[in-house]
Amino acid sequence: MNDIWRMIGQRLLLGVLTLFIISVVIFGATELLPGDLARELLGQSATEETLAAMREQLGLNDPAPLRYWNWLTGVLQGDFGMSMATKKPISELVGVRLGNTLFLAFYAAALAVPVSLLLGVLAALWRNSIFDRASNAMALTAISFPEFFVAYILILWLAQSGLFPSMVRITGATSMGELLYMAFLPALTLTLVVTAHMMRMTRAAIINLLASPYIEMARLKGMSPVRVVLRHAVPNALAPIVNVVALNLAYLITGVVVVEVVFVYPGLGQLMIDAVSNRDIAVVQAIALIFAAAYVLLNLIADVLSTITNPRLMHRR
Amino acid sequence: MTKNLTGQDGMTRRGLLKGGMAVTAAGLILPAGATMARAEPKKGGILRIGFNSGSTVDNYDPGVWDTNFVQVFAQARHNYLTEIAADGSLVGEVAESWEASADATTWTLKIRQGITFHSGGTVTAEDVIASINYHRGPDSTSAAKPIVDPIVEMKSDGPNTVIVTLSGGNADFPYLMSDYHLPIMPAKDGKIDPTSPDGCGPYKVDSFEPGISASLSRHPGYWKSDRAHFDGLLLLALPDPVARQNALLTGEVDVINQLDLTTVSMMARNSSIRVLSVTGNQHFCFPMDTRVAPFNDNNVRLALKHALDRQEMVDKILYGYGAVGNDNPIGPTQQYHADDLPVNSYDPDKARFHLGQAGLTSLDVSLWVAEAGFTGATDSGALYAERAAAAGINITVERAPNDGYWSNVWMAKPWCASYWGGRATCDWMFSTAYASGAPWNESYWENERFNTLLLQGRSELDDTRRGEIYHEMQAIVSNEGGTVIPMFASFVMGVSNAVATPDVVGANWDLDGFRCVERWWFA
Repeated sequence: MNDIWRMIGQRLLLGVLTLFIISVVIFGATELLPGDLARELLGQSATEETLAAMREQLGLNDPAPLRYWNWLTGVLQGDFGMSMATKKPISELVGVRLGNTLFLAFYAAALAVPVSLLLGVLAALWRNSIFDRASNAMALTAISFPEFFVAYILILWLAQSGLFPSMVRITGATSMGELLYMAFLPALTLTLVVTAHMMRMTRAAIINLLASPYIEMARLKGMSPVRVVLRHAVPNALAPIVNVVALNLAYLITGVVVVEVVFVYPGLGQLMIDAVSNRDIAVVQAIALIFAAAYVLLNLIADVLSTITNPRLMHRR
Repeated sequence: MTKNLTGQDGMTRRGLLKGGMAVTAAGLILPAGATMARAEPKKGGILRIGFNSGSTVDNYDPGVWDTNFVQVFAQARHNYLTEIAADGSLVGEVAESWEASADATTWTLKIRQGITFHSGGTVTAEDVIASINYHRGPDSTSAAKPIVDPIVEMKSDGPNTVIVTLSGGNADFPYLMSDYHLPIMPAKDGKIDPTSPDGCGPYKVDSFEPGISASLSRHPGYWKSDRAHFDGLLLLALPDPVARQNALLTGEVDVINQLDLTTVSMMARNSSIRVLSVTGNQHFCFPMDTRVAPFNDNNVRLALKHALDRQEMVDKILYGYGAVGNDNPIGPTQQYHADDLPVNSYDPDKARFHLGQAGLTSLDVSLWVAEAGFTGATDSGALYAERAAAAGINITVERAPNDGYWSNVWMAKPWCASYWGGRATCDWMFSTAYASGAPWNESYWENERFNTLLLQGRSELDDTRRGEIYHEMQAIVSNEGGTVIPMFASFVMGVSNAVATPDVVGANWDLDGFRCVERWWFA
């Protein structure tokens, strides 16, 4: 077990380093964008005079490295700072949105993971059957369409007939049931987009194992095919499956921007688009760090889980 | 009242100056009078509007408002000194009446009594002065600073009178006070609080999540009895055009603005909604930098003005939802609009003739465009280039990114796409975008006669004389100006059949001059 803890510690340190590099890259990238916050706030109606006054008030006249340093020292003390554009604490802005995004991600995951694992196992069991081909074809079709197209098709079929709402409106008074109902279409869109990846990985991993000698042994001693798969094949296939599930979860958290826009879902992606177009760099940085942290953490969890299911991975040398 | 200069139904300016009181009364009757044939407006219901804008930076600071969401949100909770009525005439709001000195430099505004803020207090002269002062002074970051800069002094004369002194005469001063940046907010120690939603308008704010939504409920103490028919409002930010149209079609909202013109004909097939289109002052244009060659030669400018097919642009870019422009920013609905000017029509021969006058046989120019300039700017550029080729003019269309368009391209490149929401008066429009030295004089145009007339017209209180001045100015702009104005673009909205609209819908801004929240009702 100590080895696992050591691994977690090492990976966390590396993760922090990754986040630091990401923050530098993001800051540099936003510096390269044309225009600045004062410009964006005043828009077409800006004059040189009002621009100068606003830049002074916002502290935009400091050199870029100094602004980055101020921001970094704030973050190290646990303070993400204020959003310059909205004059609100970033933690307040991001907090609610992060909750919404996580909700949608887990909602979609709760639909997608069981469905794709089940389909993957069944497809492996009945490989080359009609079922296998049909489920493969459908999953691949869904993943081939851009997300917004899938979303529009769902709106056309399910929202315009009045079955589900075409947009999500979350207020303080929204109950869990209402939320699940309103967020069903976005969650379904995401499910359709991520299912193929997980399903095909599951299928491939299990088919791979089904060819190994110990499975043949199990079959020869007369075990039922279902038991062979569930008892002997799946546990050994977990490592690759866990990895692909973790990657898809990270995608669900960070890659939902388009779906959020189409369904007017008030999540982190929308906030980030807003912040980029407003040049609200502190907010962009904070969200980029959250997204990066989600990737780092989920990958870490995937590695730990696959190591636990396959202890040989601890002793690579 | 005085004679009517234009033959339109509205009040003349002279009349306004003489008797603001009577004007106010007439203005308030107008919308009701116009809808006499219909059922009386009913009270009740929550109006839900989906906007093409809305961002996390939206806030309560009146100095930075610049998108439909915040503009309508502002009109929902605030009142202004004056209001531009649906027919384009000016009516009093917080200002009950006004009077000018003979040279139009000193204005005395009577503040209406008994208007209450949502927080309880009554609107006084002190609140008015603080509200306008917020935009003045060297530290002001307000977008309305150029509007209030000519104010030299504001002082109160008792609780219900404000006396304003201007640096030069301006007969349009009461019009300027209707600008959406200038709401009347409660003063504390001579200052307004730009972070507070408190106002004296028809609805008070219940909740506001920037970039998502705002909900409001009727202000029980609102002073207008024939306005603000809804119990409450729900304003939603729906920037994605498809999401916005879906929301209307599925009944999630009652009204949306900026229909996507490419699909508007399909929207119109739906029997539960209707398309509301109003042609106002909003115009799309291509300003040239008149300081640099070849645009510093008026013959070149004229050649370019005759090298585009305006009707084709209206048909293909606006899908017919607009009107042809004549390089004159004063829209057809305005009081002083000159409709008898020579028309700059598509005429390759004439364009060639003007090129010849400039000593050229052909012309190579670049036109910078981006959808940020106006929707359809890229396609307009392509159309322009196609038609101009027949006149020996080679236009290279340069696509610029939307990001940073207003800082890196507009007023920086010699020729680009731009748009104006329009202004309510000739003086306002001209002094914003055509006057010498104006910060947004996008064509860097300098015309001595024009600038002299501008000053004369501004302080001229005689209506006939003013009409003559503005007629001559429009002729100069159309013939010598540095801006090609091919089209006036309509405001195109989608409205559920559950919502009733007055017969006359304001054309000065989108959504009934931003006032749909107080002028419309549920049928």
